[in-house]
Amino acid sequence: MAYPPAARSSPPRQPSVKVILASADVQRVVDRIAHQILEKTQGAAETVLLGIPTRGAPLARRLASRISTFEDVAVPVGVLDITLYRDDLRRHATRAIGPTELPPGGIDGRRVILVDDVLFSGRTVRAALDALNDVGRPASVQLAVLVDRGHRELPIRADYVGKNIPTSLAESVKVTLAETDGTDEVKLYGGTTS
Amino acid sequence: MIRHLLSGADLDADTATEILDTAAEMATVAGREIKKLPALRGRTVVNLFYEDSTRTRISFEAAAKRLSADVINFSAKGSSVTKGESLKDTALTLQAMGADAVVVRHPASGAPHRLANWVDGSVVNAGDGTHEHPTQALLDAYTMRARLGRLAGLSVAVVGDVLHSRVARSNVLLLSTLGAKVTLVGPPTLIPVDIAAALAPGTDVSYDLDSVLPNVDVVMMLRVQRERMNDSYFPSAREYARRYGLDGPRMRRLPEHAIVMHPGPMNRGMEITPEVADSPRSTIVEQVTNGVSVRMAVLYLLLGGNNR
Repeated sequence: MAYPPAARSSPPRQPSVKVILASADVQRVVDRIAHQILEKTQGAAETVLLGIPTRGAPLARRLASRISTFEDVAVPVGVLDITLYRDDLRRHATRAIGPTELPPGGIDGRRVILVDDVLFSGRTVRAALDALNDVGRPASVQLAVLVDRGHRELPIRADYVGKNIPTSLAESVKVTLAETDGTDEVKLYGGTTS
Repeated sequence: MIRHLLSGADLDADTATEILDTAAEMATVAGREIKKLPALRGRTVVNLFYEDSTRTRISFEAAAKRLSADVINFSAKGSSVTKGESLKDTALTLQAMGADAVVVRHPASGAPHRLANWVDGSVVNAGDGTHEHPTQALLDAYTMRARLGRLAGLSVAVVGDVLHSRVARSNVLLLSTLGAKVTLVGPPTLIPVDIAAALAPGTDVSYDLDSVLPNVDVVMMLRVQRERMNDSYFPSAREYARRYGLDGPRMRRLPEHAIVMHPGPMNRGMEITPEVADSPRSTIVEQVTNGVSVRMAVLYLLLGGNNR
């Protein structure tokens, strides 16, 4: 996110940046979520991981690969693009839509775990639930996120949370992943230095 | 993003590629049990057709409905147009009804351009006179890319009545933007002088179909409109078919991978024989399927966001 240039009355202040999770921490957190999924789903039977682009997709693939390392089960992985289901489509210039790739076995009757990087307002997850409704009928749906920063605007909660980060609305959370950005990191950008 | 789609020349390579990529995603919806996306909920698309059309109108209607838009079909027959209402007054009526997009087909070249100045919504040219038909060019490009994997560097022969063909004009503009090389083939009476230079430099013209065939990746046959057959552009229908019709022996002269396209409706036995039209090389049915995906992409990119 770029910061709006100048036009402030006070002299520009350096925004504070705080690393919440470093690379090794991200890997540990992913490992833990993988373990929790195995625990809560009796060995990930009949389970499908669906990543929400952009960064949910590589996270879902990582979770699947960790799960198969721990328990030797292959969990089908897919990608669910939610662009066309967003409730703010009209407020922005037209967004490019991403791919939706369902695993060959589909999602009907399976336990679907939606995977995203940051849980914030909950609107993305609502859109994902709508999208899911159009591509099949899962037996149940769960939600795994790397970071929960609070400030929900809808009655939605995650089943698996990598890290709870209490934030103010002035702050922003940025997740980077090796697959998409070169490094694994979770950073908190503050509105001002306190 | 552009606001109207009036001409193949409105699209630069990036925008055209974005439309084709979006169409590829839209195509996956057709394979689902629920063929519906909520992206254009509450938007109104008017199909304003002053000329007969089956596939284009139905294709636009299906595309808009799959995106959950409300569709109003307007055909000149049975409307106030027969009472003498002008295009402008019809446009203002649509405007007053709150049309977000107007898909227009009109026998007069340039009508969609005029319309674009009168309405606030987006205008999509669905064929105007002998001028342009940009969504047909997009679906043709989409079909070529789907079959052959690329567009840049492809050699495409467009064969037939180029003079009256809006499909040919839009295809020349779009395909050259996307890096394909087009050769226009037909009798000299049906290929305007200097058309290649006027549309896109680098476009070739040939009057000899047989010499062109061994070197092309795509042959696009144009419909010979029946009314033209009596206008002495060529001596007889049989002579035209003999020289410029695509039959089995000619098809076998094409490279192994080459495909045969036709925008429809076909005159079987005139520009294309049934053997060719029904062969595995023919993409004629795919073109219709792809038309819906491409038009979904166009409507989404024009109407999906706040582009005003």
